[in-house]
Amino acid sequence: MDLVTPDLGLLFWTGIVFCSLLFLLAKFAWKPILTAVNDREKSISDALELAEKTREEMKSLKAENDQILKQAKAERDEILKDAKSTATSMIDDAKNKSKEEAQKIVDAAKDSIRSEKAAAMAELKTHVAALSLEIAEKVVRTELSSDEKQKALANNLASDINMN
Amino acid sequence: MVKYFGLTFFIALFSFQAIASESDVEHEAEEEFNVSEMIMHHVKDAHEWHLWGPEHGGTSIYLPVILNTKDGIKIFSSSHFYHGEVIHDDGNHYYKGSGPAEGFGMFHEKIYELDSHGKLHFENGHVHGNVKPMDFSITKNVTSLFIGSLIIFLMMFSCARFYKRNGAVAPKGIAKFMEPLIVFVQDEIAKSHINEKNYKRFVPYLLTIFFFIWINNLLGLIPIFPGSANLTGNITITLFLATLTLILTLVNGNKNYWGHIFSPPGVPKALLPIMIPIEIVGIFTKPFALMIRLFANITAGHIVILALISLIFINKHEAWGALSVPMALFISVLELLVAALQAYLFALLSALFIGAAVEEAHH
Repeated sequence: MDLVTPDLGLLFWTGIVFCSLLFLLAKFAWKPILTAVNDREKSISDALELAEKTREEMKSLKAENDQILKQAKAERDEILKDAKSTATSMIDDAKNKSKEEAQKIVDAAKDSIRSEKAAAMAELKTHVAALSLEIAEKVVRTELSSDEKQKALANNLASDINMN
Repeated sequence: MVKYFGLTFFIALFSFQAIASESDVEHEAEEEFNVSEMIMHHVKDAHEWHLWGPEHGGTSIYLPVILNTKDGIKIFSSSHFYHGEVIHDDGNHYYKGSGPAEGFGMFHEKIYELDSHGKLHFENGHVHGNVKPMDFSITKNVTSLFIGSLIIFLMMFSCARFYKRNGAVAPKGIAKFMEPLIVFVQDEIAKSHINEKNYKRFVPYLLTIFFFIWINNLLGLIPIFPGSANLTGNITITLFLATLTLILTLVNGNKNYWGHIFSPPGVPKALLPIMIPIEIVGIFTKPFALMIRLFANITAGHIVILALISLIFINKHEAWGALSVPMALFISVLELLVAALQAYLFALLSALFIGAAVEEAHH
């Protein structure tokens, strides 16, 4: 029966010791320990959350980058195409222009050749005229050296005129 | 794992030697080896802390006796009883105090005032008619209580100091060992059985009873000073702890809790005269079960180990050790499990009862 009879003295000491233990532990042990542990737990979960968020951000950033890259590529292609077409058109222009120039030069050359030729011809004509005059003079002189000859000539000329 | 097993084995082995030597001594001292007396002597409280040697004249730590008598408070060493005269009276033997303990007699660790003839009177093996002064002695259990509480406090304080010094980092040393247990009590015992809003208030209490019971259970398994006291197997301790849980339940009981007791929902009015008394009894049976469970488990563990060791002395042949030692080893290892399990159960059930008291209505 002793075994199951509560003892007042022990109850008294237990009350004092347990209550002070509860108070001391709550103040000096449980509070700092639990604060530290829960803080750490919170910081870890925060860090994990942040990492997850960052990963999401990275993902969207990457997608954005891809988008930008794609766009840049397209732009570059367009620029290249433009440049190519510009270059071709420029080359064509240059070709045409040079052709025109060449044509102009050729035309000018032809003109000058023609005028030179005309001048030369004119000069030649005058020369030839002078020459023929001289020759004619000489011939006439010889032809007209006798009356017969003068007559024949006049006939000749007259026949020529008729023919014309 | 191997290390822990080694430690367990060492503790267990040590326990047999110590228990065995004590039993041996008693066997020599008494003609007839009385198993139940030996076991009860070990399981109950005492005013001395017996270390080794024979029961009379062996080595003991004599603990202070504090008596509240009608002449005021008297404090003296218990050696004045144990070294005093042993009186044999019709099969009952008791110590007659000497020196400052003059006028007191101690029968089965209970102190009585002697009558005018300097005697105790017995009736059916119980003291009858002698005044029993209030005994506030620092007994074996009280000393064990001090030691256990000091161990818990130092352990937890150094654990807390680690966090204070290092901040919220990964734990090292004792904090590394204690933290999972503390977090376990907080999350698995308090948080999962008491609602989110209220559980934080009860965590310090639950942590304290968990470690109080666990550490004192383990101390009880150590067979020699500073262990061996059957503190958590003492009805006074379990009564006190269960009462605390009861008080917390009653104080924190909300409208919903009392509503379930005085007008259980869905119960016909005619049944209320039966239901209400049952519910009221239910309030007290729960902590009563807590009290009995811890007391019975721990005391039973001590009794079984002692009884198994006693086999050797009952049969008066050391060869019986081949049977009793392995069996006692098995029970000792089992007791290590029980020590933690009972601490867990007590805290868990306390959390459940408190949780039921603070539960919000949800229907």
